[in-house]
Amino acid sequence: MPGFAAQERGTLRRSLAEAKPGAVFPACLLAWLLPGAGHLYLGRTVKGLVFLGAIGALFVLGVASDARLEVHLGLDDLMASIVSLSQVATGLPYLVARLLGFEAGRPTSLSFDYGVTYTATAGLLNVLVILDAHDTARGLKP
Amino acid sequence: MTASHLVNLLVFSALVSTVFAALLRDATRDRLRFGLKLFAGFVLAAIVVGWLMAPFPS
Repeated sequence: MPGFAAQERGTLRRSLAEAKPGAVFPACLLAWLLPGAGHLYLGRTVKGLVFLGAIGALFVLGVASDARLEVHLGLDDLMASIVSLSQVATGLPYLVARLLGFEAGRPTSLSFDYGVTYTATAGLLNVLVILDAHDTARGLKP
Repeated sequence: MTASHLVNLLVFSALVSTVFAALLRDATRDRLRFGLKLFAGFVLAAIVVGWLMAPFPS
Protein backbone atom coordinates (compact mmCIF):
# COMPACT_ATOMS: atom_id res chain seq x y z
CA MET A 1 0.00 0.00 0.00
CA PRO A 2 1.73 3.22 -1.13
CA GLY A 3 -0.24 5.35 1.38
CA PHE A 4 0.92 3.22 4.30
CA ALA A 5 4.54 3.28 3.12
CA ALA A 6 4.43 7.08 2.80
CA GLN A 7 3.01 7.33 6.34
CA GLU A 8 5.80 5.08 7.63
CA ARG A 9 8.40 7.19 5.86
CA GLY A 10 6.88 10.33 7.38
CA THR A 11 7.02 8.82 10.88
CA LEU A 12 10.65 7.73 10.38
CA ARG A 13 11.60 11.19 9.07
CA ARG A 14 10.03 12.84 12.16
CA SER A 15 11.83 10.33 14.44
CA LEU A 16 15.19 11.03 12.79
CA ALA A 17 14.60 14.76 13.23
CA GLU A 18 14.01 14.15 16.96
CA ALA A 19 17.16 11.96 17.33
CA LYS A 20 19.35 12.67 20.37
CA PRO A 21 22.73 11.02 19.58
CA GLY A 22 24.25 12.25 22.86
CA ALA A 23 21.47 10.58 24.82
CA VAL A 24 22.09 7.04 23.51
CA PHE A 25 24.47 5.93 26.26
CA PRO A 26 22.65 7.54 29.23
CA ALA A 27 19.30 6.24 27.93
CA CYS A 28 20.63 2.67 27.62
CA LEU A 29 22.33 2.82 31.03
CA LEU A 30 19.21 4.17 32.73
CA ALA A 31 17.07 1.58 30.91
CA TRP A 32 19.25 -1.19 32.34
CA LEU A 33 19.35 0.29 35.85
CA LEU A 34 15.58 0.70 36.11
CA PRO A 35 13.13 -0.74 33.56
CA GLY A 36 11.48 2.16 31.72
CA ALA A 37 13.85 4.83 33.05
CA GLY A 38 15.55 5.17 29.63
CA HIS A 39 12.23 6.03 28.01
CA LEU A 40 11.34 8.45 30.82
CA TYR A 41 14.71 10.15 30.24
CA LEU A 42 13.92 10.45 26.51
CA GLY A 43 10.53 12.01 27.25
CA ARG A 44 8.48 8.88 26.34
CA THR A 45 6.59 9.04 29.63
CA VAL A 46 3.71 6.65 28.90
CA LYS A 47 5.98 3.97 27.46
CA GLY A 48 8.41 4.35 30.36
CA LEU A 49 5.68 4.01 32.97
CA VAL A 50 4.21 0.96 31.18
CA PHE A 51 7.62 -0.75 31.16
CA LEU A 52 8.31 0.20 34.78
CA GLY A 53 4.91 -1.12 35.91
CA ALA A 54 4.81 -4.35 33.89
CA ILE A 55 8.46 -5.43 34.21
CA GLY A 56 8.58 -4.27 37.84
CA ALA A 57 5.44 -6.30 38.61
CA LEU A 58 6.90 -9.39 36.90
CA PHE A 59 10.09 -9.13 38.95
CA VAL A 60 8.34 -8.45 42.28
CA LEU A 61 5.92 -11.35 41.70
CA GLY A 62 8.89 -13.58 40.88
CA VAL A 63 10.71 -12.66 44.09
CA ALA A 64 7.48 -13.12 46.05
CA SER A 65 7.20 -16.59 44.46
CA ASP A 66 10.52 -17.62 46.08
CA ALA A 67 12.77 -17.35 43.00
CA ARG A 68 16.49 -17.91 43.49
CA LEU A 69 18.59 -14.87 42.49
CA GLU A 70 22.10 -16.21 43.00
CA VAL A 71 24.52 -15.66 40.11
CA HIS A 72 25.37 -18.89 38.30
CA LEU A 73 28.00 -18.71 35.57
CA GLY A 74 29.56 -21.69 33.85
CA LEU A 75 28.97 -24.38 31.27
CA ASP A 76 28.12 -27.12 33.78
CA ASP A 77 24.48 -25.98 33.75
CA LEU A 78 23.97 -23.75 30.71
CA MET A 79 20.27 -23.17 31.37
CA ALA A 80 20.98 -21.95 34.91
CA SER A 81 23.60 -19.55 33.52
CA ILE A 82 21.15 -18.14 30.96
CA VAL A 83 18.46 -17.71 33.63
CA SER A 84 20.95 -16.06 35.98
CA LEU A 85 22.16 -13.59 33.31
CA SER A 86 18.53 -12.81 32.43
CA GLN A 87 17.78 -11.97 36.06
CA VAL A 88 20.84 -9.67 36.24
CA ALA A 89 19.46 -7.76 33.20
CA THR A 90 16.66 -6.43 35.44
CA GLY A 91 19.20 -3.99 36.91
CA LEU A 92 18.70 -2.24 40.24
CA PRO A 93 15.61 -4.22 41.30
CA TYR A 94 17.78 -7.37 41.11
CA LEU A 95 20.54 -5.81 43.22
CA VAL A 96 18.06 -4.44 45.77
CA ALA A 97 16.32 -7.82 46.09
CA ARG A 98 19.70 -9.48 46.70
CA LEU A 99 20.69 -6.86 49.26
CA LEU A 100 17.39 -7.45 51.05
CA GLY A 101 18.30 -11.12 51.41
CA PHE A 102 16.14 -12.75 48.73
CA GLU A 103 19.08 -14.26 46.80
CA ALA A 104 18.71 -17.85 48.02
CA GLY A 105 15.01 -18.24 47.21
CA ARG A 106 13.21 -21.36 48.40
CA PRO A 107 13.66 -24.28 45.95
CA THR A 108 11.24 -26.44 47.97
CA SER A 109 8.44 -23.91 47.49
CA LEU A 110 5.56 -24.87 45.19
CA SER A 111 5.88 -21.55 43.39
CA PHE A 112 9.69 -21.70 42.93
CA ASP A 113 9.54 -22.48 39.19
CA TYR A 114 6.98 -19.73 38.59
CA GLY A 115 9.25 -17.30 40.44
CA VAL A 116 12.29 -18.18 38.34
CA THR A 117 10.24 -17.82 35.14
CA TYR A 118 8.85 -14.45 36.22
CA THR A 119 12.24 -12.97 37.19
CA ALA A 120 14.08 -14.31 34.11
CA THR A 121 11.34 -13.04 31.80
CA ALA A 122 11.46 -9.61 33.46
CA GLY A 123 15.20 -9.43 32.66
CA LEU A 124 14.80 -10.64 29.07
CA LEU A 125 12.02 -8.10 28.45
CA ASN A 126 14.27 -5.41 29.91
CA VAL A 127 16.93 -6.29 27.30
CA LEU A 128 14.32 -5.58 24.59
CA VAL A 129 13.41 -2.33 26.38
CA ILE A 130 17.10 -1.27 26.43
CA LEU A 131 17.33 -1.92 22.67
CA ASP A 132 14.13 0.08 22.16
CA ALA A 133 15.57 2.99 24.19
CA HIS A 134 18.70 2.81 21.98
CA ASP A 135 16.64 2.97 18.77
CA THR A 136 14.47 5.77 20.16
CA ALA A 137 17.50 7.88 21.12
CA ARG A 138 19.01 7.35 17.64
CA GLY A 139 15.73 8.42 16.03
CA LEU A 140 14.99 5.02 14.49
CA LYS A 141 11.70 4.71 16.40
CA PRO A 142 9.06 7.27 17.33
CA MET B 1 3.12 -16.64 47.24
CA THR B 2 1.15 -19.58 45.90
CA ALA B 3 -1.45 -19.21 43.18
CA SER B 4 -3.02 -21.68 40.77
CA HIS B 5 -1.36 -22.41 37.46
CA LEU B 6 -4.26 -20.69 35.64
CA VAL B 7 -3.88 -17.48 37.68
CA ASN B 8 -0.13 -17.49 37.02
CA LEU B 9 -0.80 -18.04 33.31
CA LEU B 10 -3.25 -15.11 33.16
CA VAL B 11 -1.03 -12.69 35.13
CA PHE B 12 2.13 -13.63 33.22
CA SER B 13 0.37 -13.37 29.83
CA ALA B 14 -1.16 -9.99 30.70
CA LEU B 15 2.15 -8.45 31.80
CA VAL B 16 4.20 -9.83 28.90
CA SER B 17 1.51 -8.81 26.36
CA THR B 18 1.52 -5.29 27.80
CA VAL B 19 5.28 -4.91 27.32
CA PHE B 20 5.23 -6.34 23.79
CA ALA B 21 2.28 -4.13 22.79
CA ALA B 22 4.13 -1.01 24.02
CA LEU B 23 7.32 -2.13 22.24
CA LEU B 24 5.91 -3.15 18.88
CA ARG B 25 3.05 -0.71 18.23
CA ASP B 26 3.02 3.09 18.35
CA ALA B 27 -0.64 4.20 18.37
CA THR B 28 -2.72 3.58 21.51
CA ARG B 29 -5.50 1.84 19.58
CA ASP B 30 -3.03 -0.45 17.79
CA ARG B 31 -1.34 -1.27 21.11
CA LEU B 32 -4.65 -2.24 22.70
CA ARG B 33 -5.65 -4.49 19.80
CA PHE B 34 -2.23 -6.12 19.52
CA GLY B 35 -1.97 -6.60 23.30
CA LEU B 36 -5.39 -8.27 23.49
CA LYS B 37 -4.59 -10.55 20.53
CA LEU B 38 -1.27 -11.53 22.08
CA PHE B 39 -2.88 -12.19 25.46
CA ALA B 40 -5.56 -14.37 23.84
CA GLY B 41 -2.83 -16.20 21.88
CA PHE B 42 -0.84 -16.94 25.04
CA VAL B 43 -3.86 -18.26 26.92
CA LEU B 44 -5.24 -20.31 24.00
CA ALA B 45 -1.83 -21.78 23.18
CA ALA B 46 -1.30 -22.82 26.82
CA ILE B 47 -4.74 -24.44 26.98
CA VAL B 48 -4.23 -26.30 23.67
CA VAL B 49 -0.72 -27.49 24.63
CA GLY B 50 -2.00 -28.51 28.09
CA TRP B 51 -4.87 -30.43 26.48
CA LEU B 52 -2.47 -32.21 24.09
CA MET B 53 -0.18 -33.11 27.01
CA ALA B 54 -3.00 -34.47 29.17
CA PRO B 55 -2.60 -38.11 27.96
CA PHE B 56 1.08 -38.02 29.02
CA PRO B 57 1.01 -37.01 32.70
CA SER B 58 4.68 -37.73 33.47
